[in-house]
Amino acid sequence: MIAESGHYALVLALGLALIQSIVPLIGARLRDAALMNVARSTALAQLLFVGVSFAALVMLHVNSDFSVANVYENSHSTKPLLYKITGVWGNHEGSMLLWVSILALFGGLVASFGNNLPLSLRAHVLAVQAWIASAFYLFILVTSNPFLRIANPPIEGRDLNPVLQDIGLAVHPPMLYLGYVGFSISFSFAIAALMEGRIDAAWARWVRPWTLVAWIFLTLGIAMGSYWAYYELGWGGWWFWDPVENASLMPWLAGTALLHSALVMEKRNALKVWTILLSILTFSLSLLGTFLVRSGVITSVHAFATDPTRGVFILLILCLFIGGSLALFAGRATSLKQGGLFAPISREGALVLNNLLLTVACAVVLFGTLYPLAMEMLADFKMSVGAPFYNLTFAPLFALLLLAVPFGPMLAWKRGDLLGVMQRLLAAGVAGLVAVAIAWGWATGGSTLAPLAIGLGVFVIAGAVTDIVERTGLVRMPFATVLHRARGLPRSAWGTAFAHAGLGVALIGIVCETTWNSEYIATMKPNDVAHVAGYELKLDGLFQRQGPNYREMIAEFKISRDGEALTVMTPSKRSFTTRGSSTTEAALLTRGASQLYVSLGDATAEGAIAVRIYYKPMVLLIWWGPVLMAFGGVLSLSDRRLRVGAPKPARAKQRLQPAE
Amino acid sequence: MTLWFVFALMTVAAIFAVLWPLGRSSGAQDQGSEVAVYKDQLAEVERDLAAGLIPAPEAEAARVEISRRLLAAAASEPAMAPRSNLKWRRAAAVLALAGLPLVAVAVYMPLGSPKLQDFPLAQRERGSGMAQSLENLVVQVEQHLEKNPTDGRGWNVLAPVLERLGRFDDAVRAYRNSLTYNGESAERRSDLGEAISAAAGGVVTAEAKAEFERAHALSADDPKANYFLGLAAEQDGRKDDAANIWRALLAKAPADAPWRALVQSSLARVGGGTMPALSDETIAASKDMAEGDRNAMVRGMVDRLATRLKQNGDDVEGWLRLVRAYLVMGERDKAMGASADARQAVASDAERLRQLNDGLRTLGLGG
Repeated sequence: MIAESGHYALVLALGLALIQSIVPLIGARLRDAALMNVARSTALAQLLFVGVSFAALVMLHVNSDFSVANVYENSHSTKPLLYKITGVWGNHEGSMLLWVSILALFGGLVASFGNNLPLSLRAHVLAVQAWIASAFYLFILVTSNPFLRIANPPIEGRDLNPVLQDIGLAVHPPMLYLGYVGFSISFSFAIAALMEGRIDAAWARWVRPWTLVAWIFLTLGIAMGSYWAYYELGWGGWWFWDPVENASLMPWLAGTALLHSALVMEKRNALKVWTILLSILTFSLSLLGTFLVRSGVITSVHAFATDPTRGVFILLILCLFIGGSLALFAGRATSLKQGGLFAPISREGALVLNNLLLTVACAVVLFGTLYPLAMEMLADFKMSVGAPFYNLTFAPLFALLLLAVPFGPMLAWKRGDLLGVMQRLLAAGVAGLVAVAIAWGWATGGSTLAPLAIGLGVFVIAGAVTDIVERTGLVRMPFATVLHRARGLPRSAWGTAFAHAGLGVALIGIVCETTWNSEYIATMKPNDVAHVAGYELKLDGLFQRQGPNYREMIAEFKISRDGEALTVMTPSKRSFTTRGSSTTEAALLTRGASQLYVSLGDATAEGAIAVRIYYKPMVLLIWWGPVLMAFGGVLSLSDRRLRVGAPKPARAKQRLQPAE
Repeated sequence: MTLWFVFALMTVAAIFAVLWPLGRSSGAQDQGSEVAVYKDQLAEVERDLAAGLIPAPEAEAARVEISRRLLAAAASEPAMAPRSNLKWRRAAAVLALAGLPLVAVAVYMPLGSPKLQDFPLAQRERGSGMAQSLENLVVQVEQHLEKNPTDGRGWNVLAPVLERLGRFDDAVRAYRNSLTYNGESAERRSDLGEAISAAAGGVVTAEAKAEFERAHALSADDPKANYFLGLAAEQDGRKDDAANIWRALLAKAPADAPWRALVQSSLARVGGGTMPALSDETIAASKDMAEGDRNAMVRGMVDRLATRLKQNGDDVEGWLRLVRAYLVMGERDKAMGASADARQAVASDAERLRQLNDGLRTLGLGG
């Protein structure tokens, strides 16, 4: 009954989405409030039914009900409970159900917290959301239905792909989907604005929090995915420029551009048409990512199963939405009123530069992702575009962008004073140069560009600090005033500083890791000792252990440095009988921001084992950076001026309210 | 019955969600407006000014700009006043009442299986007394072996069952484990060889042949090893060798050996057969049946091999096996097709292509 109820709930959600995609639009045309409000209640009901459907699938997985094909194919009765739950989205059907659940979640959020939106805008937005939802409900029901049954249920399931049996699966996909799907809201807002033919500063203000939420989750999702790949795949790599990673990076770049251009629009009523286009492009790239990953065009860890009908269906959805929205844009964009003018050297100008660099970087990634695919399809010629291509194209663009980052927030709106800003950034520049000098003197080997890149990272961080120092008047004003000003400073200013500093932090991590990591690959016997980057690793022995659904070979390493014993590291190799495959579980030792990384290869007949040991200096900065960025995003989101909810401008009250 | 009741309840809830806003009078609506946003911005400018974050002239400029937008927005506001339209509301209500259940039933009925009960694992384990199916038992044995992988007797029991269930790759693994924990024996070696060739689609691969040769070395009279070595010879096109091996096997065989008929019919196939002392009708009947069964099985295996190669075309050995299988089955067209596919699949690798062409030439398909 659980299975069939979940199935039926999904069908009802489709029915509700169909109503939601038509009725509110008629209401908006007739200016009938009741018809427009249908959007709101149906969006909430849709959320309820998709929620029921998702909960049903989770229940089925937890109960190991192998009469459901999806459970049979991806679960096993001996799997730990956590992986039974996460296994729900560790497969194609379930992950699509998660996708629509999150879509419904965002629809429900707009419905319940969109009180500050004009009624017709809300109706339009929810109707567009329902179009997307309908298309994906149909996709799920027709081509990837998770509730299909097996009449004679087998006694045991086929188990989840062992690589996915990890805590990472609990965090990475939901985060990433919250990001991907979150951009559907700004897409819906853009389409709504085009349909209404009305767009203004207020629009940007309403869109920005949603974009920001999506951006925060996408940032964390990508970072989490990268860290997961780093510790799970056993090679210590954290970014491979693999098409699936690019598929998540492209919406992030476009979304970052969108965040900044929406700011210009909100503050200065300029860049309207561009912002609309960016909203459309960002979500289109999210859809493209879904297509690339889910259609089986690319084979990777992420492509669970390949089926041509799915690919064709998603391609159809893709064409319909991207083509339709761009056609609407082409038709209506000219009718939008142009706003605010500004000088090239100004905050607006800086943000335009930011947008330019981000979109070009995004285009580079898009080219690098699609070109090999196109070549393979059209010319039957296999090629791969990897790190060298991106180092030559993406890296200089980003270096330029980072160089400009500290200038942006310090320039004034409308017309800025570049010389003045340069003077104020002098200290940051000096800090950067000092860092270059130190890195140069201290470093041995590696690229000559590395110290420069570290200097750039330090410059970006120092620039962010300078901005806050300038705004609070630290150094030149009495401390009490500074404190007062710091409290009065909009949280979005703090957010900007944190997010920009995060960029610098990540850059330093990336440079240190790629330039000065050291590795040691050997076959070790018990009592052998390896020396890596000043650490001494002694292999104590190999042990076997039985896990819940796997057998594990553990190697025990005693770690010491300068004769002082530190700890014991236990990397292991797990073999899963049901799928007949094995995974490596790397052991990590964190010292500050650096990590020692040990992973196992194959055992030889003589009781020796292949071991890969890496020392990765400052590697954790790579992920602390994005976390810092996301934290900046949260700060900015909590800014009272962007808070989702009815704005009440009474000042006295606002002082008393605790900041959320 | 309860299921349909739940469905009905859910449908009613969904319809209610559509009807509810339609039924409410459109009085004061809580909605935002542009005016509110601009007023908010003005307040913010004041706040920033008070906190000393922006100087007075800048604040003044911002105030002017925002006020201008505020006036424009306020002017367009009255045009947006809501109206109500009873006719369309009724239409929407009808859409919900009739359309929603119709769509739901029309989509659900062809996809869903409302007659199937849930089968959670716990429930099935409780009611296990009645239907201990073969698969169920296999799973239990597998779980036992998962925990006690050195139980040689367990592997011995499991392996033939797996083979009968068609899980050839698992059977191969089980036989290997059985060999490891029970020790060498001709019988186990040839069982392993049989499983390997079954997994390879009925073709005695080099790997399988090695096992049979080892079995033969351990015990020269092992009938299974001899039979399959003969089969290997036949598949390699050495029909005379095959006939010799089988003839020798029959000569040593006890009169009541159950596999006599099989070897005799194989011998007849390679054309080296002295006819057995049985009535022609019986032979025809048994041969037909065995042949039919075996053909179906072989065909299934060949199809599996073909799909596997379609996904991973690097396996030259596999392609040759497929081509040979088609030739053995007398399907020359398919064999030609498969060799063309094979050439395409390994075209990028010169070494593999050479191997493939050599192999095809020996099969008489070169050039």
